[in-house]
Amino acid sequence: MPELAIARSGLPTRLFRSLRLPLNDRFAVFGLLIYLVFVVTALFADQIAPYDPTEILYTEDYDLAADMRPGQEGFILGTTSLGRDVFSQLVYGTRSALLIGVTAAFMVALIGSLVGLVSGYFGGWTDAVLMRLADIAFGIPFLPFVIVLAAFLEPSIWNVVLAMALVLWRDTARVIRSQVLTLRSRGYVDAARVAGSSDAKIILRHIAPNILPLSFLYGSIAIGWAILTEASISFLGFGDPESISWGYMLQDAFASQALAKQAYYWFVPPGLCIILVVSAGFFITRGYENILFPKLGR
Amino acid sequence: MAGAGMRPIDPIASEPLVSIRDVQLHYRMGGIFSAMRGRSSVVKAVDGVSFEIRRGESVGLLGESGCGKTSMGRLLLKLEEATGGEIVFAGEPVTALKRAALKRYRARAQLIFQNPFDAVNPRFSIRAALSEPLENAGIPAAEREGRIVKALELVRLPQPQQFLDRYPHQLSGGQLQRVVMARALILEPDFVVADEPVSMLDVSVRAGVLNVFRDVRDRLGLTAIYISHDLALVRYVCERTIVMYLGKVMEDGPTEDIVREPLHPYTQALVAAVPVPQPDQSHDPLPIGRGAPDPRNPPSGCVFRDRCPYAFERCPVEVPRLRQVGTRKVACHLFDDTTGKQ
Amino acid sequence: MTEPLLSVRNLKVSYAVGGGSVDAVDGASFDVPRGSILGLVGESGCGKTTVARAITRVIADNARITGGEMIFEGTDIAAIPERQMNALRWRDIAFIPQSAMNSLDPVYTVESQLHEVLRRRGGMDRRAAQARAEELFEMVGIEKSRLRDYPHQFSGGMRQRVAIALALALNPKLVIADEPVTALDVIVQRQILDQLRELQAMLGISVILVTHDISVVAYVCDRTVVMYAGRIAEEGPMEAVLTRPMHPYTMGLRNAFPDLKGAASGTLTPIEGAPPNLASPPPGCRFAPRCPFALEVCTRAQPPLRELASGHRVACHRADEAPVLRELAVRTETWLVPA
Repeated sequence: MPELAIARSGLPTRLFRSLRLPLNDRFAVFGLLIYLVFVVTALFADQIAPYDPTEILYTEDYDLAADMRPGQEGFILGTTSLGRDVFSQLVYGTRSALLIGVTAAFMVALIGSLVGLVSGYFGGWTDAVLMRLADIAFGIPFLPFVIVLAAFLEPSIWNVVLAMALVLWRDTARVIRSQVLTLRSRGYVDAARVAGSSDAKIILRHIAPNILPLSFLYGSIAIGWAILTEASISFLGFGDPESISWGYMLQDAFASQALAKQAYYWFVPPGLCIILVVSAGFFITRGYENILFPKLGR
Repeated sequence: MAGAGMRPIDPIASEPLVSIRDVQLHYRMGGIFSAMRGRSSVVKAVDGVSFEIRRGESVGLLGESGCGKTSMGRLLLKLEEATGGEIVFAGEPVTALKRAALKRYRARAQLIFQNPFDAVNPRFSIRAALSEPLENAGIPAAEREGRIVKALELVRLPQPQQFLDRYPHQLSGGQLQRVVMARALILEPDFVVADEPVSMLDVSVRAGVLNVFRDVRDRLGLTAIYISHDLALVRYVCERTIVMYLGKVMEDGPTEDIVREPLHPYTQALVAAVPVPQPDQSHDPLPIGRGAPDPRNPPSGCVFRDRCPYAFERCPVEVPRLRQVGTRKVACHLFDDTTGKQ
Repeated sequence: MTEPLLSVRNLKVSYAVGGGSVDAVDGASFDVPRGSILGLVGESGCGKTTVARAITRVIADNARITGGEMIFEGTDIAAIPERQMNALRWRDIAFIPQSAMNSLDPVYTVESQLHEVLRRRGGMDRRAAQARAEELFEMVGIEKSRLRDYPHQFSGGMRQRVAIALALALNPKLVIADEPVTALDVIVQRQILDQLRELQAMLGISVILVTHDISVVAYVCDRTVVMYAGRIAEEGPMEAVLTRPMHPYTMGLRNAFPDLKGAASGTLTPIEGAPPNLASPPPGCRFAPRCPFALEVCTRAQPPLRELASGHRVACHRADEAPVLRELAVRTETWLVPA
């Protein structure tokens, strides 16, 4: 019995189990593997990348190492028009992509879950106020909002995270609220009240564990969104010039007319990475959906 | 097994433990916008219900779906807030209880749920489920296991130890309902509300749960309310029955009297309609109209008058009050002395 | 006796569960006489609903009829191709599903749902369908002005009447009703049962009524089949089965049922234990583990269904001793398990 295992094992295992990773879904496992590769890359970026991503490089003949083709002079994926190593940029780009993705996802899942829990459990005025705020958040066009925010504040990758935290909690909150409404009407919640449990205890013990997979579902969707948004912002030129991201690489390649130079090695790899990470997120999402709504029957 | 007549406490002699005075639970249907257009309707789930329960008494709340019996039970345990009236438990108004006082009340008044599969969190082991009330009551961890085993023995679960680490889905309906009962009894309450505790169970195991309920109630001298739509079950566990219809009390009196000679026209139909497992039984048409009660739009005056075969001029214009008729109280104009008896 | 309308012989239905299969119905045989109501009674999981659905051959995706015959008016409907079966459904065999109240489509008026059946399946034109719809509503006791209403505008009892009207639309010979009154209040329940009985007599049809409630059987049925754990325990005329039960399970059920007309001080006696897991049923009689009269043979050999009185059949090794067992069975001590 899996439940028995939960009760008897230690806290780390219990936490891991409460994630309920969708390990029986092949697509989800594939997605998790992609994540694993990127996470390892991000953690060991200093060891993996042969150069500093912003360093301007020179050939052995002290020429600027600009527009090198892959393999030329030992540059795995060639260099940019400014003489920077594409492979190193790609490796460090993983770091910022995951940083943005994971923090944004965390914020979205956290804020959304909290709002959903409070709104659904307490109802009444609390619910009315929070849900009207959600309505306002639903009315905000996301990308323009990020651009305006970036214009107000200093260009930074954290703008994306902030914007997502301010806007995208709405979806999570709505879904979690409706789930809480159903859970709140379950007999065992009434039973806990009659047994004298406080609201906080009921939320923590009886309701939160049941919405955790939903939070993760929305969190994993947010990872993909955050990376895509950061890429769009950087591509549009509102990104952080100090940090190397995949979006920045695309923007750099675009501005340097890489396409005309047929420098596919420059913009295809970051594009591919974005696609991979984002679709990996959705594969995992799919796995969670199968856990949460097994009747979708995929 | 002690029958209904062998109760240890004589209910007539003891003082009321619970007093319900003109309690109302009204829901407003429709949102703010329909209210502004004057379209919102009020559903009166419980509408001016009054009765008293003496210490040690078992009272059946009988009625069809939507009659307000379950709402009444939830009001008694403060799972729902009354929109009017007062509930007094052992001299203290339940309706006004807050925090610490409410917590103390919850140790004394308990609920046995209808659906055992819903009443125990599927993620909790039986041990965890039964620990919750003990934890809240501040029982030290060392004492809990013993109390849990004792409670499970009380509801006659054989070899209680073997159930402690099991999960709800590993138990049969009958076993799980005994666990639910054990959880309600673990803090040794004075007052228990049982909301259709056997309606989800198969017939062959029902009797076992009912017998445990009767037995425990007698042994602990509990005051109990048994909510049901089934008069035969109410008769099995309660010496007194309150019949509800559309949020109001229609009749209130000794169960045997009600079964033998129902007074209110609604109770008459209800008693006649109860199916019996006997081949030779009356197939006479019921003395009741075909309509169904509509809680959003109850008839004026007596709420039963549109289905009542004896309705007369007075019924649509005046709400009948509960009047003492012999051993019982009846809310029907037929039994008003000023009109003359039926 | 005339030939029965439906003869079920040795019906087996199994469900694919996990890697293995579970025999939800394991060799059920019974007859449905013409012009009568047959009560199929048993607890949850005993296979009564599966039998009812198997007769219409509308069963769950993971279920399969693995054996037996169902002779309906001379043809084995277990063997005919799906096309032919489909032609029989509704026209000859109609089904009222459990919670019929939810089986109506909420976005169409009941009128258009009746028309759909009458025109598509019955081949009627608009006018004939309208006339028939009004006739049906009159039959089940609803004003025809309510034909234009949507299902949500009806109460539970009314929706059940609509479901009965839908089932009767094409004059079927056999109506199968799965727990038709379970979700209803006693008064409405009684009224629906009266209606069902009246229509059955008027139209001369046969009804299979699936229920867990023996008092429903007692109220409307002519014959009854008692099922336990996928097998038939007892079958016979309703009166004989309820007053002179021959199977210990039926005797136990009678004791466990509160009877409003009985004595006030009566004690209800439960049958201890729970039905067996059908994935691994006991080798002998399936009731043996809970039976106070079980002998050694009961745990070993499966008892055959034997006819002991006219039309009254029972699957019990000790059925010959039934009168003695009946006397023992009314005592509470008999059913107490030794601790």
